[in-house]
Amino acid sequence: MKINMNKNYFEVLRPGINSTFQDNGRNNFYHIGIPFSGAMDNRNFILANTISNNEINNPVLEFAYQGPKLKYIGENISINVTGDVNFKIIRKNKNLELSCYENIILENNDCLDILSTNRSVYGYLSIGGTFEVDYYLNSCSTNTKAKIGANSGEKLEKGQIIHLKNIKKILPKNKIEYLNSKIENIRIIKGPHFDYFSKDAIHSFLSDEFNVTKLSDRMGIRLKGPKISNIKNTNIKSEGLVKGVIQITADGDPIIMLSDHGTIGGYPKIGVVISADYDKLVQIPPGSKIKFKEINLKDAETIFKLYEMETQNLISNIK
Amino acid sequence: MIKNISNLGDAALYCDFGTEVNKEINRNVINYFNNLRDSNFLGITNITPSYNKLVISFDLKLTSFAKLKKQVENLELKKNNNSKNNLIKIPVCCAEEFALDIKRLQKLLKINEAKIYETFFSKNYYCYMTGFIAGMPFLGDMDKSLFAKRLETPRVKVPKNSIGITEQFCNIYTFESPGGWNIIGKTPVDIFDNKKNTEPNLINPGDTISFYPISKLEYENKYE
Repeated sequence: MKINMNKNYFEVLRPGINSTFQDNGRNNFYHIGIPFSGAMDNRNFILANTISNNEINNPVLEFAYQGPKLKYIGENISINVTGDVNFKIIRKNKNLELSCYENIILENNDCLDILSTNRSVYGYLSIGGTFEVDYYLNSCSTNTKAKIGANSGEKLEKGQIIHLKNIKKILPKNKIEYLNSKIENIRIIKGPHFDYFSKDAIHSFLSDEFNVTKLSDRMGIRLKGPKISNIKNTNIKSEGLVKGVIQITADGDPIIMLSDHGTIGGYPKIGVVISADYDKLVQIPPGSKIKFKEINLKDAETIFKLYEMETQNLISNIK
Repeated sequence: MIKNISNLGDAALYCDFGTEVNKEINRNVINYFNNLRDSNFLGITNITPSYNKLVISFDLKLTSFAKLKKQVENLELKKNNNSKNNLIKIPVCCAEEFALDIKRLQKLLKINEAKIYETFFSKNYYCYMTGFIAGMPFLGDMDKSLFAKRLETPRVKVPKNSIGITEQFCNIYTFESPGGWNIIGKTPVDIFDNKKNTEPNLINPGDTISFYPISKLEYENKYE
């Protein structure tokens, strides 16, 4: 039997603001300047693939703010959307209003319109099957700066075709009850250059509010608030960064490093966001206010264990 | 040796080798880097060497700061683990259209163009680290007579493959990128090849680089 590989596909009618293919990210290449990348909100990425009965590291389509509008051609397929996302399916001129975290059947000629993320940034589209994407250094994650990963390292573009493979027979209507809680208090651990800043500056850093500015993307979140004054040196000899590091620029503004961050940096590091708060941090949209709260390493490790347990509970409660 | 290991957040080790920037300290960092790459310690996701620090990030689901710290402290270093450190020759074309800041440097350093290039090409350079953008090597040390400040206003776009110098360091812009280093030429060789799925980077920390001049004609022939 001859199988037509390109039988099932999406046509991109509208690409959305920043739609990229992502998976769990790329390990072990920081030393050559290649960041981790991967889905920004790891929990929602895992949930998307779990609801689709996929391998945990299957590629998903990540979108930010406004998502893509996709026309589907092919046999019936299960899809699901995770995050706090407003989307609909247009079927024969009728609008079907739908919910996140459950499998939905997409039919030939349906149009999937991912309108917006609600008071958040990222959302995920997963299919019962696999997006046909390119891999680079063991990951499909698109990094638009180094131009690597799926889609030749580029965002989705209008008019392009996304081929699908390994389409699963229609899946059971897997569903998770999950509400994306929002946070304003970001818990941090002291960074190695905590003592570069005056007592007043540290007090201000840990008690005042900071605004999330529009200069925020997959590389980092830039904050504006009280200036954090440096009493030692506004530069250090460049050294390795990790996601969640908060650097203070020479202007006294904090920048939080996110998944596509430059691998080394030359600003002092005042703190690092705890792993358990990372998924929620990346979902805070520009215009919001945040506050930092310092905790110790032991507490951060305990909180992470609880966060992991919560994720596992969500997975085991799929109906 | 490592002077101190502290935590960088809850999922990374911050290994401090000192405050100065010199080859001896950096060789130590790279030696740990190479040994750790071979160690297969559970949970390590990235190891980032820099001038005098080594950041080891890990998967908090698989290990913890305390566990990994103990492993790193007890790591038995294989001596002279320098098999991975190569000598790499990089051609540079110094034609006027590529040497964007040579005029500025002549004024700033009070040396003529010929002498700047003669001095630059007479030395080998050591790769302290690569990164910031994919594959970008941070090389040193420059001859003291060529120490120059960064541009006051950084360029919005430095052309890909430009060779830049500042203070004791030089580097190669592996992608078109913003930057404030003094540009003295361009290489036809891609330092980072995003088509290559294994070892896309030509230069690794610990390698030695020898630059040599080529003519515009040779540059064009190499580019084809």
